[in-house]
Amino acid sequence: MTTEHAEHTELPEDPERAERTGRARDTEFSYAYAVVRPAAGLDGDALREVEGVASGPVRLVGAGGVAAAVGSVPGREFSEAALRHHLEDLEWLEEVARAHHGVVEFLAARTTVLPLRLATVYVDDERVREVLRGGAGTFARLLDRFAGHVEWGVKVYAGLPRDLADPDASGPSGTGPDADAGPGRSYLRMRRREREDREAVRSAAAEAARRIEEAADGIAVELARHRPQQGELATGSGENVANDSYLVPGGRSEEFRDRVRRATRGLPGVRVEITGPWAPYSFAVLTGPEAPGGTARP
Amino acid sequence: MTGRGEEALPRRQVALIDLLDRLLSGGAVLTGDLVLSIADVDLVRISLRAVVVAVREDARWSFGPPLAEAVRRGEEPYDDRPPG
Repeated sequence: MTTEHAEHTELPEDPERAERTGRARDTEFSYAYAVVRPAAGLDGDALREVEGVASGPVRLVGAGGVAAAVGSVPGREFSEAALRHHLEDLEWLEEVARAHHGVVEFLAARTTVLPLRLATVYVDDERVREVLRGGAGTFARLLDRFAGHVEWGVKVYAGLPRDLADPDASGPSGTGPDADAGPGRSYLRMRRREREDREAVRSAAAEAARRIEEAADGIAVELARHRPQQGELATGSGENVANDSYLVPGGRSEEFRDRVRRATRGLPGVRVEITGPWAPYSFAVLTGPEAPGGTARP
Repeated sequence: MTGRGEEALPRRQVALIDLLDRLLSGGAVLTGDLVLSIADVDLVRISLRAVVVAVREDARWSFGPPLAEAVRRGEEPYDDRPPG
């Protein structure tokens, strides 16, 4: 008799949105992955090979001379309220992120893509068409710009000298040449050396980042900076001091990577990690009045 | 012709953090009639308080690379030109 109460716990606070997402339980939304130009290689049959978010099929929704790769997702999982909740669930986030990426990669192997941000969800395909029509000029320009280009990620790490990696492991134990100076002084000396070493490595890493930028000049056409990675998911050893992306003509990828590797040779304690090729995620930034519904942030 | 200019590297699992860097702060944001825009969600809340730690108190990059700094010397920002 009262069993239906639980059903209503996810109602969003904004009544206008509630109206729109209230149908969420029964309905499907349109999840947009990327914008492309409708290309021969992307007809219905080709897209049948790829599986999107929520294991759904992917289709092209076209308008204004461009098309969005779209899949249907269950409304109950992608309503505003549900999304807010799910985005805090790392497992869910990873699953959706990898599926999203899978579709973008699939498209990128066949044509130029303008990747969209994770969880770009519209109430239906007609809304997707409206957005495509509204931004057709911008999309076309971005696609022209991205054509034949790939994104390479370059991360610079300041490693800690091996023996300093765990400063507490070797305490002032009273052995070695400093023993006579007393444990206290020896400890302080060690800490100072440790600090100096760390600073040296950091400045070498900063130098590496500078040299990489210089080396990329003339090959890369754009640079985007991400926040240095830290926290549990940051798996690289050492401290990430630069996390940059370069937009590079695909045909010069090898040259780019060689230059980056060579640029940082001989810098002590510095590790460089190159990732890619990526679709141009980091460069798919719309700002200004032209951005459909533009919400540029400072 | 592909947009890649080269064959993709052999399939490998990309690191989640690299993917999230790109999918949460990169990727075009088209608001239109979105169900929810991630740009409107405080990234700190996105699961990752301790994980991505993307947003620090003084984060200059809270919402991805500012275009002005992302576009190099003399390169025009995307939106400088009149609508085509």
